[in-house]
Amino acid sequence: MSRIRLDGVSVTFPIYSAASRSFKNIVISATTGGRVGKDRSKHVCVQALDNVSLDISRGDRVGLVGHNGAGKTTLLRVMAGIYEPQEGRVEIDGKVTPMFDVSLGIDPESTGHENIVLRGLYMGLSKAEILGKMDGIVAFTELGEFLSLPVKTYSEGMQARLAFAIATCIEPEILLLDEGIGAGDAAFLAKANQRMAAYIESTGILVLASHSEELIRKFCNKVILMEHGRVLWMGDVDEGFLHYRQTMSHEIAPARDEPVPLAWVT
Amino acid sequence: MPKRRLNEALGDLVEGLARWQLWVLLGWNDIRQRYRRSIVGPFWITISMAVMIGGLGYMYAELFNQRLDEYLVYLAAGIIVFNLMSSVLTDGTQVFISSARAILQAKAPLSIYVYQMIWRNMLIFLHNISIQLILLIIFQVKIGPSVVLALAGLFLIMINSIWAAILLGGLSARFRDIPPIVASLMQVAFFLTPIFWKRENLPNREAFVDLNPFYYFIEVVRMPLLGQIPPLRIWLVVAAMTCVGGLISLVFFARYRRRIAYWI
Repeated sequence: MSRIRLDGVSVTFPIYSAASRSFKNIVISATTGGRVGKDRSKHVCVQALDNVSLDISRGDRVGLVGHNGAGKTTLLRVMAGIYEPQEGRVEIDGKVTPMFDVSLGIDPESTGHENIVLRGLYMGLSKAEILGKMDGIVAFTELGEFLSLPVKTYSEGMQARLAFAIATCIEPEILLLDEGIGAGDAAFLAKANQRMAAYIESTGILVLASHSEELIRKFCNKVILMEHGRVLWMGDVDEGFLHYRQTMSHEIAPARDEPVPLAWVT
Repeated sequence: MPKRRLNEALGDLVEGLARWQLWVLLGWNDIRQRYRRSIVGPFWITISMAVMIGGLGYMYAELFNQRLDEYLVYLAAGIIVFNLMSSVLTDGTQVFISSARAILQAKAPLSIYVYQMIWRNMLIFLHNISIQLILLIIFQVKIGPSVVLALAGLFLIMINSIWAAILLGGLSARFRDIPPIVASLMQVAFFLTPIFWKRENLPNREAFVDLNPFYYFIEVVRMPLLGQIPPLRIWLVVAAMTCVGGLISLVFFARYRRRIAYWI
């Protein structure tokens, strides 16, 4: 049973200017009292999520849309349990696999094999589990002998292959994606696309934040439209994009030409 | 302090420990990266430490009118143990800041990065302690079963490293002035702690030694390494620091653990 429930969740980021991050200012404010101290407690805050309530259940494939800074990434991080919100309740049922940065934990000095183990450990697998999946990952990368060389000798496309193969080697219950997973060169694309589709298919819940309408239409059956940290609308994909265009039309030009993640260009 | 927060903080420490495969590997990688492609690899740590001990030892033995062999083993043990504590504390200030990227990618116990840092410094310590062993063999210092106590002392240093790194790492993420403060304090502490000199050299200023926390931690490892048994007073002070520091750090961690992701 996978489910994500958010109830009145608010997240505020304190913006520590160099002044308030400095220990000196706090010591001084303690001795001078009053004025400086006031400045400190008044540091600027950014409200990244404002009273967000959601209910996502098994089978939902949710596309998060909204302008830059609408709170998509913060919402994903709340769902992943990285940010614990100041207000509201978060209930997550099921194992969450966040996939925000595929190259996390790739150590350029280590070999391909070593990196497969390292990345797997980062994802919370045990060494034995990773070694069990090793053959499958190795076969999928098609990197052969190169896997015994340090990753820094790889071309970018090869690094992307490796990262992609490791990242998608598990079956997620709740998959959180921020934009796409790049998979490198064109020859690898068809294969990556297929794997990506199967990977997303196998998950109980998908939440995908993206600016690409094509991508969301391909994988999602629901849309959450966000603006200024609030959920404006949640529901059907077609209607969602209708609302999205409306909100865009009276805002500044949208960032439509953001790079579309390679793996999903067909 | 709600009990739930306390349980979450303790859970973080326990779960982090259970992820040992990750932090052991990360710690190794840290060391490998530093000495990649050098011929002797991590033994550069040992060589530079040996050069320092040899040079300083030869000079200060004359300065303090000490027998070279006795002075060298005393100095080596002191420097090596102090070096461990000093790097744990300075690295401790960076423990969450330097792992920011990983912390913001997935939910994982924050203590993983603390254990990684302590493990890395233990590996460096194990390289360095070989100097001490060589000196003990060369000068045929008689050390009895008391050496086992050095392991107990080392264990206490590790336990204290955990609470100190959590406290310093968390505070440093919030207040970015703390890392340089700690770095300069450690430099001063190196000279204020009986490493080159002995407590007996300072008959009128014993407070300098008695109020110095590093003194006690050095003695619980150094004395057994030199074949002596640390007096009860030393053990009690170390035990007290372990309890008080551990408690303060635990309360801090319970209170601010969830804020650390916002600070980094």
